[in-house]
Amino acid sequence: MMRRVAIVEVALSPAGESADNYLDQVYRVCREVLDKAGITREDVGTVVSASSDVFHGGVSCANAYYWDSGAAFLKNGTRQDGESLLAFSYAVMRILTGHYDTALVLGLCKGSENPDNDMITHFFTDPFYQRPLGLNETVAAGLQMRAYLEHSGTTEEQCARVVVKNLGNALRNPNAHRKGRLDVDTVLRSPKVMDPLKELECAPKSEGFVALLLASEDKAKKLTKRPVWFRGFGSSMDFFYLGDRDMGSGVLAQAAKRAYDMAGIRDPVKEIHVAEVTEPYAFQELLWYEGLGFCGPGEGGKFLDTGATAPEGSLPVNPSGGVLAANPYVSRGLCRLAEVTLQIRGQAGERQVDREVETGLAHGTHGFAGQFHAVAVVGA
Amino acid sequence: MITRDKKGNPILEAEARIPYELALGPTVHRFFEGFKQRKILGTRCHACGRVLVPARSFCPRCFVDMNEWVEVSQEGRVLSWAVTNYEYFGMPTKPPFIQSLILLGGTDCGFMHLIGGVDLSDVDRVGRIVKTGMTVRAVWRESRTGCIMDIQHFAPVD
Repeated sequence: MMRRVAIVEVALSPAGESADNYLDQVYRVCREVLDKAGITREDVGTVVSASSDVFHGGVSCANAYYWDSGAAFLKNGTRQDGESLLAFSYAVMRILTGHYDTALVLGLCKGSENPDNDMITHFFTDPFYQRPLGLNETVAAGLQMRAYLEHSGTTEEQCARVVVKNLGNALRNPNAHRKGRLDVDTVLRSPKVMDPLKELECAPKSEGFVALLLASEDKAKKLTKRPVWFRGFGSSMDFFYLGDRDMGSGVLAQAAKRAYDMAGIRDPVKEIHVAEVTEPYAFQELLWYEGLGFCGPGEGGKFLDTGATAPEGSLPVNPSGGVLAANPYVSRGLCRLAEVTLQIRGQAGERQVDREVETGLAHGTHGFAGQFHAVAVVGA
Repeated sequence: MITRDKKGNPILEAEARIPYELALGPTVHRFFEGFKQRKILGTRCHACGRVLVPARSFCPRCFVDMNEWVEVSQEGRVLSWAVTNYEYFGMPTKPPFIQSLILLGGTDCGFMHLIGGVDLSDVDRVGRIVKTGMTVRAVWRESRTGCIMDIQHFAPVD
């Protein structure tokens, strides 16, 4: 790679409901990240934002709405809809062209003011076949969970343990939306909204305003003592119709391989030291362990049981509490990346993991049952 | 209208109705015309040999035209299922109900539809009746308009 790109600063909003309006919240995280880096708006080379038109926030042409709140007035920038981690990859590429020394990456979502995710994701469907049948993200997750359990032998208790771990981790995260010291029985006894899925296994809808300042190698070394370097990125998209897919495995492995190949990672379970993954439904964290190569196919539940993914484990996953603790639908992938950045810099506060962290992984997913996956690898 | 949320903060309650006119295209239209005659039609890919339902104009894997139409079985094997027990926007019927993916005879992909004709009075006991791998058969409505709900549901075959 000719040039290197680093994350030099991040800013994250709390995930619970704020009385502020959208534009003020956009401004606040951008202001914070510029102030931390000690640069002005004029120093920002390009801006890439991740947001959603119409359904999240009720405003069409959303970037026109928030562009000046995002420090982007007159900037040569762009906007990403769908998985927010793509905005990171586009900003990295803009710097790699040599035309920009800095890039501001924004992920914007005010879930508290939106309809339920089930209503919004209902419109992810085609209008003729799947929509009249009432498909939405939770229905797809229910179908995927049963396929996964029966295909892999993973137990409902193991899925519930993901909730216990992540909401427990969230107790140490002041930004988390949902947190608690739960036990497996409480999760299993929560209402079955979409049998086999229980209510506590489904993520809430949250706020998430996140800003990351990226810089070229020379610039990064001037702006921070602790740059977090871009190392690899990969993505993959499965077939649209659920019935065309292999629901029990999916396409995360392809996205992970692309990211690992770019980053030169051969043995992820040893070389990745912390991961933040997007698990809007608890069982998905176990399935994603498999796709990310942290364990073999069908072994996600067993891998959790070893304790490896606990905050004190060898490969902590979602020390922030993950998406079960805070689910800003549109920006959650970038929130994962900001959390990983804080872990690598040793700035994660009470949620800092026990082990030393040099290399971290952020994962985002969009669409039904993991239709799209993005994986980013970054390191000290 | 400016109101207050649960915490007493001022909010604007907003709602939009946005009308569309969505084209079916010839392949989707022919598939649903088949429903009027109680037929489930798929298309076969000449490259991979798979038969997909609903019928497609192209194979998403091989990326070639699919223009060989075949009528597929109205019976199939349940690949996965979930019992919905909450009300939501766009639900196909009042809960509880069962959504599923079904591998119809003569096809090579899951077909999404409802499973019905099952006692749902105690949702915790549905798992004693509905099993992955069980055989189900299409139950047609008497009055059909050429849409996915012309099939009322798939019912277990004894």
